[in-house]
Amino acid sequence: MSVLQRDPQDMLRVLDEDGEPVGEVPDLSDDELVTMYREMYLARHFDTRAVSLQRQGRMGTYPPLSGQEGAQIGSAFALDEEDWMFPSYREHGAALHRGLPLKRTLLYWMGHEKGNQIPDHVNMFPVAVPIATQILHATGAAWAKKLQDKNEAVICYFGDGGTSEGDFHEGLNFAGVFDTPNVFFCNNNQWAISVPRERQTASATIAQKAVAYGFEGVQVDGMDPLAVYAATRAAVEKAKNPGEGERRPTLIEAVQYRFGAHTTADDPTVYRDSDEVEQWKKKDPIPRLERFLRDTGRLDDEKVDAIHAEVEDQVATAIKEAEAEPRPEPEEMFNNVFAEMTPEIRAQADEFAELYEKHGDEGFLRE
Amino acid sequence: MTMNATIIEAINDALHEELANDDRTLVFGEDVGQSGGVFRATDGLQEAFGEERVRDTPLSEIAIVGAAVGLATYGYRPVAEIQFSGFLPPAFDQLVTNASRIRWRTRGELTAPMTVRMPYGAGVRALEHHSESLEAAYSHVPGLKVVIPSTPHDAKGLLLSAIRDPDPVLFMEPKHVYRSFREEVPEGTYTEPLGEAAVRREGEDVTVVSWGAMMHKTLEAVDELDGVDCEVIDLRTISPLDRRTVVESVKKTGRCVVVHEAPKTGGFASELVATINDEALLYLEAPVERVTGFDVPVPLLAMEDYYIPHPPRIAAAIEETVDF
Repeated sequence: MSVLQRDPQDMLRVLDEDGEPVGEVPDLSDDELVTMYREMYLARHFDTRAVSLQRQGRMGTYPPLSGQEGAQIGSAFALDEEDWMFPSYREHGAALHRGLPLKRTLLYWMGHEKGNQIPDHVNMFPVAVPIATQILHATGAAWAKKLQDKNEAVICYFGDGGTSEGDFHEGLNFAGVFDTPNVFFCNNNQWAISVPRERQTASATIAQKAVAYGFEGVQVDGMDPLAVYAATRAAVEKAKNPGEGERRPTLIEAVQYRFGAHTTADDPTVYRDSDEVEQWKKKDPIPRLERFLRDTGRLDDEKVDAIHAEVEDQVATAIKEAEAEPRPEPEEMFNNVFAEMTPEIRAQADEFAELYEKHGDEGFLRE
Repeated sequence: MTMNATIIEAINDALHEELANDDRTLVFGEDVGQSGGVFRATDGLQEAFGEERVRDTPLSEIAIVGAAVGLATYGYRPVAEIQFSGFLPPAFDQLVTNASRIRWRTRGELTAPMTVRMPYGAGVRALEHHSESLEAAYSHVPGLKVVIPSTPHDAKGLLLSAIRDPDPVLFMEPKHVYRSFREEVPEGTYTEPLGEAAVRREGEDVTVVSWGAMMHKTLEAVDELDGVDCEVIDLRTISPLDRRTVVESVKKTGRCVVVHEAPKTGGFASELVATINDEALLYLEAPVERVTGFDVPVPLLAMEDYYIPHPPRIAAAIEETVDF
């Protein structure tokens, strides 16, 4: 029976907090499992460096992901090459698995529009800063794939807070009615900025909301990358090849915790206890997977050290490249508003160019 | 007695005052309770007035504004917060379709005396959709008042007027200057009238009109200009517009420059130019000049500073108008 055929209040787990298997370990090769660990560590290390860059004034406001690597990498791992990803603003880890260069992610948070340019070979949509609007786009994209007879699934990420927006209801309702190949993946990290999950909805779980749209909802331990993989893989397969009488869409609620702030502009100590954070840190997905891989002989000190060193180099190189990116010329601001620049925008660009020639950056940049 | 306050502190103080003055006042929105708001505008209010009156809501802008319509219609004075102006569009439907029309369509039987507060504008190196200035679009909605303070004194007095106003008010707070300066603000309750501009500098050569965060860039430019005697007007309320103060000033100076941060096309400056055209055309000695944001989305932080009308652009426009 599919892992999706379960009570939405019965959380799916594969590894316990000590990395001991308590469920069926998905069929992944040793290499894949080690890669999963490597990417989770990469996401964590990237995150730590990004927060520190922001603190040093080398980057703008940034939303940290620490604690959520298991959900991001576990789910991204379950996609096939041809599938699509619609992120919110916190899925830097899922994006890197999809193949988005770290430099692009850094550029975006350093304030370059270029960071939103997704290379052609990477099947993903740019980040969505407004809450939950991407759910509707993912539904439309899955509808397009279905119309084009393409057997491609579309995964869409959003948070627990996002499920309160009308967009969530509307997107899932369309998907149910049109039977589109969607995987709606809720990163329930317990806190929508300062509002806890139990004040976001009176529903016992988020997963059970799927029932109302006519398709399966499954709750999974979001800090258990193997459980996340198993649920997402089943959902992706069902999206593309539904069984008799099955609807293509699935809602997955990945229960997890954001260890850090909502963004670097937020101070979580104002609204939550450090005890709570410590409790959740015991579920940290990275040591959990590491323990399982060590216990099963797939990782040892030497391999772990090599992975860490390699990841640290990779992130350092990406930061160097992103910081070497020059500030765009002011002319760039006027491009891409429309396919063809209007005469009015041309006139505004020329007017600015004249003043810029006279005053230079000194007249315009504050720092 | 006065307090030396920033704009954000003055707003907090106004909310505190009115929660204490009037039991019908309710404050709610995303993160306004326990955490005191992402900019701390509602800091300490839940502690002082309890969770019933100062409430964190689930994350839905349209529900926040739509529920305010229902609360206002049935006896409350809701003060709803939208976390950033870039997130008002999902709730715009409730403002334009419902809040602003309820009095008109029921011939005054039902009314929506509600306030929607939100930080707006660029210049704080914020993320995408956190920097917009759509006041002109909101001013186009009949039945909706649009207020934009530029000083701590006005922020408090205008917010108290907005909450007490019998009609819906959109209260746009210039977050770029939330904390950039302090001034003496009276303690206790006082109001500043909606729909009245303030003359910030008296002068003879040219009238310069602005509002919100751009007021401060304008004053900076004016103070650096040698030999030009500028009259500076702070609109304070975009809708209803104080046409008289603007027209009287332009009749005196014969010249006018309007400065705003929003894009040029369809910007609120256009309404001012039209007003001057209607009521003071024959007094003009030069075309009315506009200094505005460009017709592009507000760029991310690497180019954001190129977008904002900085003092050199404002000064150049004033000189051009005076030398015309």
